[in-house]
Amino acid sequence: MLRLEEVKHIAMLARISLTDQEIQKLSSQLSAVVEYIGKLKEIDTKDVEPTSHVIPINNVFRDDNIRQSLSPQEMLKNAPDSNEGFFIVPKIID
Amino acid sequence: MKYEAVIGLEIHAQMLTDTKIFCGCPTTFGSEPNTQTCPICAGMPGVLPVLNKKAVEFAIKTGIALNCKISDYSRFARKNYFYPDLPKNYQISQYELPICERGHIDIFIDKLPKRIGITRIHIEEDAGKNIHSIGNYSLVDLNRAGMPLMEIVTEPDISSPKEASEFMKKLRTILRYLGVCDGNMEQGSLRCDANVSIRPIGQTYFGTRTEIKNINSFRFVEKALEYEIGRQTILLEEGGSVVQETRLWDSSTGITLSMRSKEEAHDYRYFPEPDLVPLVGLSAKAEEIKKSLSELPDSKRNRFITQYNLPDNDAESLVAEKALAEWFEDAVRAGGQPKILSNWILSELLKLLNEENKSITECPIKPSQLVDMLKLIENETISGKIAKAVFEDMYRTGKNADVLVEEKGLIQIKDEGALEKIIEDILSNNPKELERLKAGEEKLIGFFVGQIMKATKGKANPQLANELLKKKL
Repeated sequence: MLRLEEVKHIAMLARISLTDQEIQKLSSQLSAVVEYIGKLKEIDTKDVEPTSHVIPINNVFRDDNIRQSLSPQEMLKNAPDSNEGFFIVPKIID
Repeated sequence: MKYEAVIGLEIHAQMLTDTKIFCGCPTTFGSEPNTQTCPICAGMPGVLPVLNKKAVEFAIKTGIALNCKISDYSRFARKNYFYPDLPKNYQISQYELPICERGHIDIFIDKLPKRIGITRIHIEEDAGKNIHSIGNYSLVDLNRAGMPLMEIVTEPDISSPKEASEFMKKLRTILRYLGVCDGNMEQGSLRCDANVSIRPIGQTYFGTRTEIKNINSFRFVEKALEYEIGRQTILLEEGGSVVQETRLWDSSTGITLSMRSKEEAHDYRYFPEPDLVPLVGLSAKAEEIKKSLSELPDSKRNRFITQYNLPDNDAESLVAEKALAEWFEDAVRAGGQPKILSNWILSELLKLLNEENKSITECPIKPSQLVDMLKLIENETISGKIAKAVFEDMYRTGKNADVLVEEKGLIQIKDEGALEKIIEDILSNNPKELERLKAGEEKLIGFFVGQIMKATKGKANPQLANELLKKKL
């Protein structure tokens, strides 16, 4: 069973705010998910190389050649707000 | 109680590629905001990063130069966190399989060698840039997002601010020799964070450390560390304790300030980057690169000492910049005496360049021009003192020494008769000093030589002047 503290921590990392009731509910739901995935642990992988990529290809490179960037107007088209070429975001407080 | 510092550095070096690490956007510094962006570096959905080949080569090159083991197999990882300058909400970095590991750099402290271990070098993308506090908003420029970085991490082998700054200078020299980073701390292409703790001298445990960020100039490496070590020492001496935290160096006040961020452990949830395939066969690539590597500062320094018989300090200073070492060797090839050249380069030439904040590549004097001027001293056409003035004129005008000597009538007076006449006048014009000299006040010789030089505007041949003066007394 995932502890309530763990659920709160995960919610914080995902920037989701949850009510106490939701935390309770998610605690059992997330535990079920973890348990389900935990089934994989039953498989013996002693002699299996850890997979880092599912497609068996390596070393895909690009030459160091400049390609046309977007114009700032285009780049900012989807931005909810912008000013003089910058994206505008809510004030950052450290 | 006496304390010692334990310092480890984390350096970010921006690689000198033409394009970003995962897309073809240019890497030019100081462009208008958001003019060097595309769907890839802006983290738009459905795009795929493709690794810049040159970035990998640069990292391997650096690993070889820093005596690292080059991993045969390496891969990327996602580092997850939210911040407005990070458009994908994760940074593509490396975690458990960096491209290089376990190397070292040797530095010299009071002529004694000290070896600083390199834990690892990995490659990653930079984040964008936030401009804070514009009214109720912050502004974001993504030009820097996706710039290719190397992160170089040292072992906690550094025990003083002086060692830290020597390390940074040496690292900068090596990176510039390799042509992989321009080493400009002020523009942020070389950045340094420091982990600092203190412990009673002789102890082997580690004290609680703080991380100092924002050390944005070579001048501040020592200052920031000195301040932080002092701060921690006072805390411990007053019976307090050091809090593990990130502190920001403030160069305007010369102190470090707590960032006061919530003190919970970072949880970046690294996992292998599924959008990039692994790198394999890097050892073979490293062997290939090794062959093309040109001479590095340490071997150049040693060669200068043995081949040109230069003192350690001269060799060390000459190799600090590759272009300076090349200038020196060009001058040697043009027929100059190595030690004399080194003296002129390290004092007169660097003085003139530093006055204008110029680098040796912008030097208006050619190596062969210095050699030609030195020949004029050697064959006694001009004195060493006049030569300094000639050299400065050469620097300002770009003209050759012989032309300037001719133009300004600076040829040494070697005519005995003329000099004798001048000396006689000086002796008779300074009777008191002459008497004191005769009474045994030897140091007044210097006074008379000075007078002779003044009267001849420095053109008297010094040896001849000395001889004639002694004869007259």
